[in-house]
Amino acid sequence: MRARRAPLFLKRRSYRRRRLRDAARMLPVVGLFLLMLPMLWANGSSERQSTAWDGLFVFAVWSGLLVAAAAMAPGLSEEQGADGEGGAAAAGRPQDDA
Amino acid sequence: MPFNLLVLACLSYVVLLFIVAFVAERRAALGRIGWLRSPVVYTLSLSIYCTAWTFYGAVGYAARSGLEFVTIYLGPTIVFVGWWLLLRKLVRIGRQQRVTSIADLVSSRFGKSNLLGVVVTALAVVAATPYIALQLQSVTLSFGVFASGTPEGWALPDRDATAIWVAGGLALFTILFGTRNLDAKEQHHGVVLAIAVEAVVKLVALLAVGIFVVWGLGGGPAAVFARIDASAIGEWQVQPGRWTGLIFVSAAAVICLPRMFQVMVVEDGDERHMALASWAFPLYLLLMSLFIVPIAVVGLERMPAGANPDMFVLTLPLAEGQGALAMLAFLGGFSSATSMVIVESIALATMVSNHVVMPLWLRLRPKAAISGDVRRIVLLSRRLAIVGVLTLGYLYYRMSGGSAALASIGLIAFVGMAQVLPVLVGGLYWRGATKAGAVAGLLCGFAVWAFTLYLPSFGPDAALSAATFEQGLGGIGWLRPQGLFGVEAMDPLLHALFWSLSLNTAAFCLFSLLTFPGPVERMQGAAFVNVFDAESAGSLGWSRGRAEPEALLVMAQRILGDENALALFASEARAQGKEGFLPDATPDFVAGLERRLAGSVGAATAHAMISQIVGRATVSVEDLMAVANETAQIMEYSARLEAQQEELTRTATQLREANEKLQQLSVQKDAFLSQISHELRTPMTSIRAFSEILTEGDLPPEIVANYGRIIHEEAIRLTRLLDDLLDLSVLENGSVQLNVGVANIQQLIDRALAAAGQSRPERNFLIVRDLPAENIFVRTDPDRLVQVFINLVSNARKYCDAKEPELRIKVRQRAGRVSVDFIDNGSGIPKQNQAIIFEKFARLTDQTRAGGAGLGLAICREVMANLGGAINYLPGQGGAAFRVTLPLRLDRKAA
Amino acid sequence: MAGHVLLIEDEPNIAEAIRFLLGRDGMRVSSLSDGVGAAEAVREVRPDLVILDLMLPGCSGLEVLAAIRAHPETGSTPVLMLTAKGQGRDREAAEKAGVDRFMTKPFSNAEMLASVRELVQR
Repeated sequence: MRARRAPLFLKRRSYRRRRLRDAARMLPVVGLFLLMLPMLWANGSSERQSTAWDGLFVFAVWSGLLVAAAAMAPGLSEEQGADGEGGAAAAGRPQDDA
Repeated sequence: MPFNLLVLACLSYVVLLFIVAFVAERRAALGRIGWLRSPVVYTLSLSIYCTAWTFYGAVGYAARSGLEFVTIYLGPTIVFVGWWLLLRKLVRIGRQQRVTSIADLVSSRFGKSNLLGVVVTALAVVAATPYIALQLQSVTLSFGVFASGTPEGWALPDRDATAIWVAGGLALFTILFGTRNLDAKEQHHGVVLAIAVEAVVKLVALLAVGIFVVWGLGGGPAAVFARIDASAIGEWQVQPGRWTGLIFVSAAAVICLPRMFQVMVVEDGDERHMALASWAFPLYLLLMSLFIVPIAVVGLERMPAGANPDMFVLTLPLAEGQGALAMLAFLGGFSSATSMVIVESIALATMVSNHVVMPLWLRLRPKAAISGDVRRIVLLSRRLAIVGVLTLGYLYYRMSGGSAALASIGLIAFVGMAQVLPVLVGGLYWRGATKAGAVAGLLCGFAVWAFTLYLPSFGPDAALSAATFEQGLGGIGWLRPQGLFGVEAMDPLLHALFWSLSLNTAAFCLFSLLTFPGPVERMQGAAFVNVFDAESAGSLGWSRGRAEPEALLVMAQRILGDENALALFASEARAQGKEGFLPDATPDFVAGLERRLAGSVGAATAHAMISQIVGRATVSVEDLMAVANETAQIMEYSARLEAQQEELTRTATQLREANEKLQQLSVQKDAFLSQISHELRTPMTSIRAFSEILTEGDLPPEIVANYGRIIHEEAIRLTRLLDDLLDLSVLENGSVQLNVGVANIQQLIDRALAAAGQSRPERNFLIVRDLPAENIFVRTDPDRLVQVFINLVSNARKYCDAKEPELRIKVRQRAGRVSVDFIDNGSGIPKQNQAIIFEKFARLTDQTRAGGAGLGLAICREVMANLGGAINYLPGQGGAAFRVTLPLRLDRKAA
Repeated sequence: MAGHVLLIEDEPNIAEAIRFLLGRDGMRVSSLSDGVGAAEAVREVRPDLVILDLMLPGCSGLEVLAAIRAHPETGSTPVLMLTAKGQGRDREAAEKAGVDRFMTKPFSNAEMLASVRELVQR
């Protein structure tokens, strides 16, 4: 396995593809961060504290997450069909990236 | 709304589900899977995450603690949106290792350890029991709402009776569609489709109630929005601890709950389906949660003060006189409860049968486990397990009195199953995780969870004494269930979650670091962690040539079924360049077979069964490293070289076989002349001797008659031999005249049995037939086919050496071909002779001079070739067994 | 003429023909249809002649012959071997094993009778 070395720089298309995978990995972290935010303004005794607005915020983040996931899903699944095992194997080692 | 109508609607809904499941099973059986395996069905089947707890309980939860209910759906959302991180790997491993349950996954990862399988199974059963009770309770409650709401005062006869009926019905449905067959892979298309339908029903129902509440009662979204803060819910504040903790625990649960694992990984794990589910499933959850708060707000406003908020979804439409809407909501709730119970009990039954019953069976009766009918045992144990699981759920419901709020019961189960998460994630990403660590972590988490959350949930003085609550276990102050190590001020749920998971993880890591994994463990660890690195070297460990292929086939048939096993072995034999059904037991093949068996009975059991035949895999760590080196070297060869080599090996095998056959043939050719001479001269001898005696004359008439009869008999025998020889030569030339017509297999077999009854008529043969299955019409040459059947039946009559001889005739139709098996219960044909029985004069022993010249099977083979079919010897059937296959329609023009 | 012949032949019709032929000539004929235990039978019956088929169920005529020759009491009993195979190789093998006369089937009755008479008188 080690013998098959990945190229140091990639074509534009594969480069994009890899960044898409990075984005897919970051998405849950971003989501978690946004969903933690209501805790911040819960402690402060600010006037804006309202269940309705909190709810609206949560549902907005929620919709945003699933729209983002929907946008990325075709790209992520397409390449699995396209370059099959090899692509998936490369995905397992992000440190190869250019 | 009349109660009878409700029961009627409920029953017709169940009948509809039965039909859906039945149709799906039929389609799958015919191989028309198509949309049964579409991403949409997959996503909908994931919705069993939303149980009755969501459907009824979420509103109650919102009424009691505001927005907190939403955490239960945010956790799964994050897991699915981040599918690329964890779920993708989980699904890939599940498919590659043919995992049957979460217990199987954990057991397989840590060296196919059955102990781990048992621990996870126990944990799952204990955690699921209250959850199933919760579903029974919610259905009973919803019936109760209708009963008390009717003006005629229609009262439920008995709550417990309702629960029993519901549990019994669910058990029946689950057994019918969940344990119909033991598939190579645990897939239940019928159940999955029924659940997808239920998913649509519950979503539509909840949305309909929500829309009615917001636009019908609340006066539009803006008005409802304004009323949220005005209601009691408006006073709710985010509690950071619970908010984070619940998001985490629900994220863990969506991965670890047995039913989620079943639909996500086992039923139809496919990465392409995952891509759609990654956003569509969160969307489903969002839609389910969208109207929860409005329904709670309006419900709190309009319903009397004492009303149970858990039932608002039903009571609001009922109170407003919307009978049809209430009915829809009822069906939605019913769907949520039933789909959860069905899948959960299938998942648990699989675990119990694969990790508890089968290993016990293997240990108690090692012989029977390999040669006995394993499939029946497995299916029976699954059916009993389903009944057992539902009985436990029912008993819990009776014991707990059905009083606790829905949400709290659900959360207890969540925290319980979350105990598997550290081991699961550790096993997937950390090669250093060991079995000892996994056992330690799981047991530790299990114990702490039981002590701090599960047992206290029964209330003081039920499972734990009040004294234990006050003073701690055995009077030790820092062992109080809700104040472990002196941590007092925490919310009990968070307290349990925090301590159980942190002690669990700590024990898991510590023991993993301190212990050394065995070879199988290290192999499996590498295969799991590096699942995406092409085909990792996962197929070593079985020593070459130790296994008798026929023994493997016999065992495989007991688990996979005759057809599947024979097909698997035949295709492997073809890949090795061999004819027939018996491939060489190469390590690769044995490992592949093990994975295939694991798909039915779990990794640990499959491993144990294979090692009973092959012998313990005695791989040492040194071997492992040697193989790893070897693997690395082999990888450096170019793919082409490998392919060439493979081709060469295949050709070599073919050549070797051809050569062996040629050698045998030349010996036989040599014997042919002497055989034919013998067969011709023997009758000739009697004819000549007696005719000379008769010509001398001077004999009493009865002797003359007797000798005349002998001459006649022997002349007939000669003619028959010549006929056979001529027949054979015509058939071999392919110049035979076929009289093609339509015939019924059943009648042909009748004819053959009648005709073959003459050979050794003194033997009383038991013939086992399946008449309906034989009722197949074929277009062929009926007389020729009967000739073959007669031959096979009379061979069985002549050569079957059993005390109570028995002949089974099995007819099957598949893909335009008919196969007819003739299987007797004698000692069969030894392996070295199986290849030559179809050759001319290959009568194996002269033990039974039954008058044949050894041309019968040779003629059969030629006849079948002329009819566009084949005749083969079937090994491993417990006796001599022949399979005749022929096309349904013979398309050759009569030559 | 008198004499005791043991016939070892598995084809019932051929055995019947030989029994008739020799019986008419005044000889006593015992018969066996199986090679197994044939050598023991020879030891017990002490016939004047053994007629042995080459192809017998159970064990071949050659094996039976070897067993007869190996035992001191029956070593000199004359043996007439019959075969339907008629290959030179079989004849050589039989002669090597010490057969007294070798006949291929079908045989003429007169020839058979003559051979038997000659061998019984030895």
